[in-house]
Amino acid sequence: MANPEITQVECDILILGGGMSGCGAAFEAKYWAPDLKVVMVEKSAVERSGAVAQGLSAINLYMGLRYNDPSYSKTPEEFVRYVRNDMMGIARDDLLYDIARHVDTSVHMFEEWGLPIWKRPDGKYTREGPWQVMINGESYKPIVAEAAKTALGEGNLYERVAITNLIMDAEEENRVAGAIGFSTRENRIYVFKAKVVYMGAGGATAIFRPRSTGEGMGRTWFTVFNTGSGYAMMLEAGAEATQMEHRFVPTRFKDGYGPVGAWFLLFKSGATNAKGEDYLKTREAELQKFLPYGEAKPTPTPLRNHQMLLELLDGNGPIYMRTEEAIAKLAAGEGPERLKELESEAWEDFLDMTISQAMVWAAQNIEPDKAPSEIYPTEPYIMGSHSGCSGMWVSGPEDLAPPGYHWGYNRMTTVKGLFTAGDGAGASPHKFSSGSFTEGRLAAKAMVAFVRDNPNTTKLNGGAEELGQAVYKPLTNFEKGRGASTRPDVNPNYLLPNQALRRLQKLMDEYVAGTSTWYKTSETMLNRGLQLLEMFKEDLENLGAADLHGLLRCWELKHRTAVAEAHLRHIMFRQETRWPGYYYRTDYPQLDDTNWRCFVNSRVDPKTKKWDVFKKEYLQIVPD
Amino acid sequence: MPSYVNPEKCDGCKGRDKTACMYICPNDLMTLDKEAMKGYNQEPEMCWECYSCVKICPQSAIEVRGYADFVPMGARVTPLRGTDSIIWAVKFRNGTVKRFRFPIRTKPEGSIRPYDGLNQPGDLRDIVLAGDREKLGAEIPVPAGK
Ligand SMILES: Cc1cc2nc3c(=O)[nH]c(=O)nc-3n(C[C@H](O)[C@H](O)[C@H](O)COP(=O)(O)OP(=O)(O)OC[C@H]3O[C@@H](n4cnc5c(N)ncnc54)[C@H](O)[C@@H]3O)c2cc1C
Ligand code: SF4
Ligand code: SF4
Repeated sequence: MANPEITQVECDILILGGGMSGCGAAFEAKYWAPDLKVVMVEKSAVERSGAVAQGLSAINLYMGLRYNDPSYSKTPEEFVRYVRNDMMGIARDDLLYDIARHVDTSVHMFEEWGLPIWKRPDGKYTREGPWQVMINGESYKPIVAEAAKTALGEGNLYERVAITNLIMDAEEENRVAGAIGFSTRENRIYVFKAKVVYMGAGGATAIFRPRSTGEGMGRTWFTVFNTGSGYAMMLEAGAEATQMEHRFVPTRFKDGYGPVGAWFLLFKSGATNAKGEDYLKTREAELQKFLPYGEAKPTPTPLRNHQMLLELLDGNGPIYMRTEEAIAKLAAGEGPERLKELESEAWEDFLDMTISQAMVWAAQNIEPDKAPSEIYPTEPYIMGSHSGCSGMWVSGPEDLAPPGYHWGYNRMTTVKGLFTAGDGAGASPHKFSSGSFTEGRLAAKAMVAFVRDNPNTTKLNGGAEELGQAVYKPLTNFEKGRGASTRPDVNPNYLLPNQALRRLQKLMDEYVAGTSTWYKTSETMLNRGLQLLEMFKEDLENLGAADLHGLLRCWELKHRTAVAEAHLRHIMFRQETRWPGYYYRTDYPQLDDTNWRCFVNSRVDPKTKKWDVFKKEYLQIVPD
Repeated sequence: MPSYVNPEKCDGCKGRDKTACMYICPNDLMTLDKEAMKGYNQEPEMCWECYSCVKICPQSAIEVRGYADFVPMGARVTPLRGTDSIIWAVKFRNGTVKRFRFPIRTKPEGSIRPYDGLNQPGDLRDIVLAGDREKLGAEIPVPAGK
């Protein structure tokens, strides 16, 4: 499959990734600038792409500003404090505040577009917990996608085109000019040229060996098709990253990874060890080791994980969600109708967003009102919009950002003309689906301003032919090398992407605090891991792809590897254990606010490929 | 096999140039065997069991068999997705069957006009986003002292 056709597309605003944030960006850009050409590129079909592909059962960020009712509404200040505590003291106050003050508008529009949101008798949305509202969210993504596609207009959406690299400007240093990718359906390379580029390609899964390594490997909690492509491409372009050492290790229903939020918050369920003890209470003293965050309410997520890990290591597992007790309490004194309703709500929670868990329950004959159900921590994920805070270091809004946190345009990375949000923007977690859509909108308004200020076209650095050859290299490797063996999957000349993926996962798991070491590592282990990772990176030049599907997997793997390296280097740099329960530096087991209550940032020099990892000051704008 | 195709029901989407399951799978897994004219999942261990292919197949030919790694055999979870609601049949290993129906959207597909009800754009340099003035229902908060 050589000599691909080359299609060149020129536009004003280029949106890469049609997930929640990309759809928000498309909607907002066309509102402010119907005259500009806005193009979206997506590796799958926007209707069911990204983290919301399967649907969701709750919108996890809604403030309720319109009611101004302290028993229901939340203020942006409260949001900033809550998130900062969950992050054990560090988050970008300015970015979080900015999302909180606009997010309700997005949710109100989702409802108008047809998303069913649960209502209480007084007409307010039903809250799941303090920040969340319950939805019938099976079609959340198709609804948001329809709005975005309608906004974009015919002919401006390129689906089944996977972006591999950003392209820089030929004349102006540190300025993005476009992107390159390939069709996964036909023999064709796409080169996009734009004045401004939005990167919305989501977070990263499957860089660690997952707990299920056979057929169930795809059942990661975080969407297995989110491959860290955005982080990788922005790092390669020279953009500064932040908090890449952070990770999210969710505790979920075991194996199917069904959501626990509704159980803990809506149904007020508790979790216990196998003896029926509430380990969050019996292990309370442990929290004192991580002050002041150990005393924060609610207890930060990593600390609750930490308490559970201690239980498991002490032989007190399995850990159970006491669904049967919760339902019994809620149904007490109510008729059978209420029990039926609760049962339906419980199953909907899974069927709307993690159908596999419904399958696990049915296959294990689990009825939640009759028996408790096991919960367990997953493998680590790198993300920026849920409970993880990895991503790019972006400019904050002019009216909120402290000095040094603002450079011209809201949500622009340190590369001129390159914007990001959602999972792409770091140090601003807990924005979730609604906040990611909103942050994409914030970025898009600033991008329109950028284009008005910089109306001249860019010039792509590199010819389309030569760039295209690099994209197709794994196909060429396979063609050239295949004659050396009678089996295409065992060949001395190339590695297939699924083989190389397992090598990356094993390395990350064993050296970089994966599940097999109970999330523990040290400087010496990290150094050895890095040596092996360097060899692995060299070997990626020999990736082989038999077809376009294989080519997609090769590029996803390259992207995952870049994220893995950033993660490793950042963990090595931060000499403390800030997030026990997510990972432990056994050589620095304490939390150290004196030296490390700061961000860890990094940048790869695009010319020399050398990494620079450094501290960035945490500036507080919302008081404690 | 997470998602799998029943050969008796699949008609290869009647030879159209793209099949429904290929169009929708977010992980590029569903593909067409051009000789047999049947769809199949080309990389089951990368399947998220998101059911997008199951819901979209016009022949109801796609089902999910729980992951061999950890799911005991015998259960089935089957959706029937209509225009405004979805019906689920959950069959347990022990034979129990539960049925649920949930709404999926309150307005018909294709009816969204994203800018309906919004005023003309205001100042590109202020903090107001599309819809904030019409739909936020409150003044845009700013921190004390700003
Ligand atoms: C399991 C799970 C449960 C969640 N539960 C909730 C919840 O209950 N409530 C809630 O509000 N939020 C929830 N979230 C959070 C929410 O889904 C995310 O915050 C949101 O989707 C992030 O938006 P995004 O645009 O950054 O990424 P995504 O929505 O993931 O979009 C990324 C997009 O980029 C595309 N892409 C990736 N690589 C490329 C490439 N190389 N070329 C082209 N396109 C590419 C992808 O296909 C995808 O469309 C959950 C997330 C997960 C993972
Ligand atoms: S969508 Fe259904 S009928 Fe069409 S090819 Fe796929 S499995 Fe066959
Ligand atoms: S269940 Fe989802 S991931 Fe699996 S093949 Fe179907 S569409 Fe693809």
